[in-house]
Amino acid sequence: MATQINKPLEKTPISKKLLNKDTITVFIVVAFYAVYSTLIYTNTAGRQMLNMAITISCYILMAVSLNLVVGFLGELSLGHAAFMSVGAYSGSMLSVALLQSTAMPLYIRLPLAMIFGGLVATIFGIIIGIPVLRLNGDYLAIVTLAFGEIVKNVIINLDFTGGAIGYDTKAIYSTPKALLPYAAAAVIISVLLIINLAKSKHGRAITAVRDNKIAASATGINITYYKLMVFAFSAFIAGVAGVLWGHSLSIIKAAKFDFNMSIEILVIVVLGGMGSIRGSVIAAILLKVLPEALRAVDDYRMLIYSLLLILMMLFNSAPQFAKLREKLNIKNTLVYFKNRKEKKGGNVE
Amino acid sequence: MSNFNKNYPKTKMIVPPSNTLIPERDADKLPVLDVRNLGIDFGGLKAVDNFTLTIGKTEIAGLIGPNGAGKTTVFNLLTNVYKPTRGAILLDGEPTAGKEPYEINKMGIARTFQNIRLFNEMTVIDNVKVGLGGSVKENLFDALFHTPRYRKNEKMLNEKAYELLGIFGMEDIAKLKAGNLPYGAQRRLEILRALATKPKILLLDEPAAGMNPSETAELMENIRRIRDTFNIAIMLIEHDMNLVMGICEGIAVLNFGQIIAKGTPDDIKNNETVIEAYLGRKENKKNA
Amino acid sequence: MRKCVYVGFIVKNILTIIFRKVTQVTNLIVTLIQGISLGSIYALIALGYTMVYGIAKMLNFAHGDIIMVGAYLIYTSVALAHCSPILGILISVASCALLGIVIEFLAYRLLRRASSLSVLITAIGVSYFLQNIALLVFGSEPKSIPVLFNIPAIQIGNSITITGETMLTLGLTVIIMTALTIFINKTKLGKAMRAVSEDKDAAMLMGINVNRTISITFAIGSIMAAFASLCYGISYTYIKPTTGSMPGIKAFTAAVFGGIGSIPGAMLGGILLGVIEKLSMAYISTQFTDAIVFGVLILVLIIKPTGLLGKQIREKV
Repeated sequence: MATQINKPLEKTPISKKLLNKDTITVFIVVAFYAVYSTLIYTNTAGRQMLNMAITISCYILMAVSLNLVVGFLGELSLGHAAFMSVGAYSGSMLSVALLQSTAMPLYIRLPLAMIFGGLVATIFGIIIGIPVLRLNGDYLAIVTLAFGEIVKNVIINLDFTGGAIGYDTKAIYSTPKALLPYAAAAVIISVLLIINLAKSKHGRAITAVRDNKIAASATGINITYYKLMVFAFSAFIAGVAGVLWGHSLSIIKAAKFDFNMSIEILVIVVLGGMGSIRGSVIAAILLKVLPEALRAVDDYRMLIYSLLLILMMLFNSAPQFAKLREKLNIKNTLVYFKNRKEKKGGNVE
Repeated sequence: MSNFNKNYPKTKMIVPPSNTLIPERDADKLPVLDVRNLGIDFGGLKAVDNFTLTIGKTEIAGLIGPNGAGKTTVFNLLTNVYKPTRGAILLDGEPTAGKEPYEINKMGIARTFQNIRLFNEMTVIDNVKVGLGGSVKENLFDALFHTPRYRKNEKMLNEKAYELLGIFGMEDIAKLKAGNLPYGAQRRLEILRALATKPKILLLDEPAAGMNPSETAELMENIRRIRDTFNIAIMLIEHDMNLVMGICEGIAVLNFGQIIAKGTPDDIKNNETVIEAYLGRKENKKNA
Repeated sequence: MRKCVYVGFIVKNILTIIFRKVTQVTNLIVTLIQGISLGSIYALIALGYTMVYGIAKMLNFAHGDIIMVGAYLIYTSVALAHCSPILGILISVASCALLGIVIEFLAYRLLRRASSLSVLITAIGVSYFLQNIALLVFGSEPKSIPVLFNIPAIQIGNSITITGETMLTLGLTVIIMTALTIFINKTKLGKAMRAVSEDKDAAMLMGINVNRTISITFAIGSIMAAFASLCYGISYTYIKPTTGSMPGIKAFTAAVFGGIGSIPGAMLGGILLGVIEKLSMAYISTQFTDAIVFGVLILVLIIKPTGLLGKQIREKV
C-alpha cells in the first residue's frame, strides 16, 4: 500500500484512456455480432448456429439486465424470467394486433413492440420493487421467486394469453436472419446504456447503496428511488428480450419462463462476475454455446454442465484456490511477461 | 413524533439558545443545531433522555462520556437513523422530525461512523463523488445518454472531488479501491465524503480512533482547518482527551444517556461529576 | 291442516339448511386435515432448509432433490430389490444422511468463507447434478412407488374420512418434530448446533468441533428430507427426476414464511402453507392455487419482513 501512496500524482481521468474496460466491452459485443452475422449472411453458419442467434441475444440481454440488480444494486433476484415473460406476451400481442390491423412491416412493428413490451415489464418491475423496499437478502430473493411463480401461474390460467397451450405467434414469426439486426441493436444499445448509467451520478449512487446502505442514506442517497429505478430499468431490458424471443418462435408458453430459467440467468451473471457487464456477455455466450458443443455426448450433457458449474464455482470462490487463481489470472500473466520483457531489455542495455 | 415537534412552525424562526455552549462569535446568529429534550427508549430502557444542547454556527463541539453512555445513539437520533421517542431537533431553525436519513443529510447534517462505513468496492474518488452527487442536477436521461449536461457535471464533480481530496493530500490515491486503504486513510476519506454533501454541521464519530499521536495531532489541525475553510459547525465524539480538550470550544458529557455536564474544556476538566463518571467515586476507590 | 303442512315445510327447510351447514363444516374439516397433512410434508422439508440455513447461512437449493433421491431409493429397494418396506425406509434414510454429509464435504465446505451467492450457485449445480444422475439411472418416465403400508381409513361420523396415508404422515411428522425439538434443546449436540449457528468462531473457541457439527446438521436435514420423501411417496405414489423441485421450492417458501433459521418457524410455516394451499384449492380456485399461496407469502413478508417467527435483527450503526 505504502508504495502506491507514494506514487506521483496522476490526474488523468479513466475515460481519457483509449483502451479502458468499457471500450473493450463494447468492442467485444460489436465484434461478436459482426462475426456472427457475417457467418450467417454468407450462409457459412450451420443450422444450429442460425437457430442459436436469437436465443444467445436474449440471454445476453437477460444477463446484463439481471446484473444491474444483482451486481450493481446487490439484491438477489430469483424471478427475472417473469419480466421476460410479461414482455414476450404483451409485445407479441401488440405486434399481432398491429400486423392484423395495419399490416405494418417488421422494421416499425418490432421496435414498437419492443418498447411496449419493455414498458409493460417496467410496470411489473415497479410492482415487484415495492416489497423490495422493505426486504433484504434472502427474504427479497424468496419474494422475487414467488413473484415469478405468480406471473407464470396467472398467465397459464388466463384465456387471452392462450392458457397452458401457449400464445400463438405464428403470424409474427420471423426467421433468425430477419431478427438478427434487431437483436444486435437491442444488445448493443442496452450494453451502452448500462455502461453509461454505471459511470454517472446515478450509477455511483446505486453501487453506493450496494456497498453500504446506511452510509449511502447518510450521504444523501434516496435508497427507495434508486432501488425502484434499477428494478424498473432491469425489467425494461428483460421485457425487450421477451419481445425478441416472442418473435423468434411460433408459440410462447409461460411455463418456459420459470424458476429454472431465472436460475440459469443468475448462473450466467455470477459466473461472468458480479457487476461486470463484459463478464455477463461472455458468460451468456459461453453458457449457451457450451451445451450445444456437448451435444455429441447428449446423455451426459447436463451432467457435465452441472459438474462444470460446481467446479467453476469452487475454483472461483473457494479461499483454498486463491493461490491457484492468482497463478492463472490473465492480468497477472500479462504483468509477468511484461516484467520478464523489461528484465530482458535491462540486460541488453 | 412528539407533539412538540408537530406544533412547531415550519418556518424559520430565531430560537433563543436554550442551553448555551455557543462561542461568542456565533452568539448573535441562529444556532445551527438546537436539540431539546431528545430521548429514545429501547424496550423500556431510556437509552438517551432529556438531551438538550445547542451548537453555534461555526462551533467545534465535543460529546464525551464513558463507553455505553449513548453517544453514538445521540448521533443516530440526530440523523434519524433511530426515530426519537421524545423531543425535538431544529436544524437551522427547522424541525427534522419525520424526515428520512437521506433528507436529513440534504438538510445539512453529515456524519461519519464509529465503525468505518465506506463504499469499499468503489474508488476513493468515487466515494467523494457520491457525496457530491446532491450538488448537481442530472436526470436519468442525462445519465443514460451522456448528454452535454452530463459531461459538464462530470467535469465539475471531478474538479471538486480532487479539490476535496486535496484537503488531506489524497489526490494520488484517488483511483485506489476505498476498501484497500489503510485505516487512517479510510477515516479521512469518510470525513471528506461527509464534507462533500455540503453540510451545515458535521458529526464525527471517534475520528481519531486507531490513530497514533502524530496522526491525531494532524487530524486536530485538519478539523480546525475544515471548520475555517467551510465555515461549518463540527460535533465530535472522541475518547482522546488531548484532542477533545485541544480543539473543542464547548463540551457535553454524557453518562447513562443523560447529559451530566456542559461547558468549556476548562469547566469540564475540573467538574466533580465528570471525574466521578469516568473514574468512579472517590470513596469506592479508597475502599478498593 | 294447512298450517301443519306449512310448519312441516319450514322445519324441513331449516333441517336442510342445517344439514348443508354440517356438510360445509365437515368439508372444511376434511380440507383442513388434508392441508395439515400436506403442510407437514412441507414442514419436514422446510426443517432441513432452515437448519442448514441457521448453521451454514446458506440456501441449500439441492435440498429438494434429496427428497427425490430418497424416494428413488425407496422405489429401488422395495419395488426392484423386494426388500421389506421398513428395510427400504431405513436404507433410504441412511443413504440420504450420508449423501447430505458427502455433499457438504465436497461442495460446500470449501466455500464456507465465500459469498453466499457463490454457495447458492454451487447448490444449484449440485441440484442439477442429482437430477441428471437420476435421469441417467432411472430415465425420465415416472416410476410408481408400491404401497408400503396398508392402513385402513378412519371414519368419523358420516362424512369425515381420514385416509391411512394422512394418518401416517401426521403421526410421523409429530414424532419427528418432537424428537427434533428434544434433540435441539436437550442434548449436548443440539446445544453445539445452536452455538455454531449463533457464532461459528466463538463456538470454535469453546471447543466445539464446528466441521463435525455442520456435517451432523446436514445429515439431520437430509434425514428429514428422506422422511418427507416417504410421506410424499405414499401420498403421491409416483416419482420423476424433477419430483423434488416443486416441493423443494414450496418448502423453501415455507421456511422463509415462518422465518428462516427458526425451527418452530419452519414447522408453522410448512403447515400454514399446506393449509392455505388446500383451502384455496377447495374454496377459491384450483388453477390459481400457486398464485394465491405465493401471494399470501409476499403479503406476509411485506407486513412482517423477517417471516412469522423470524428474529428482527437491528443493524448496529
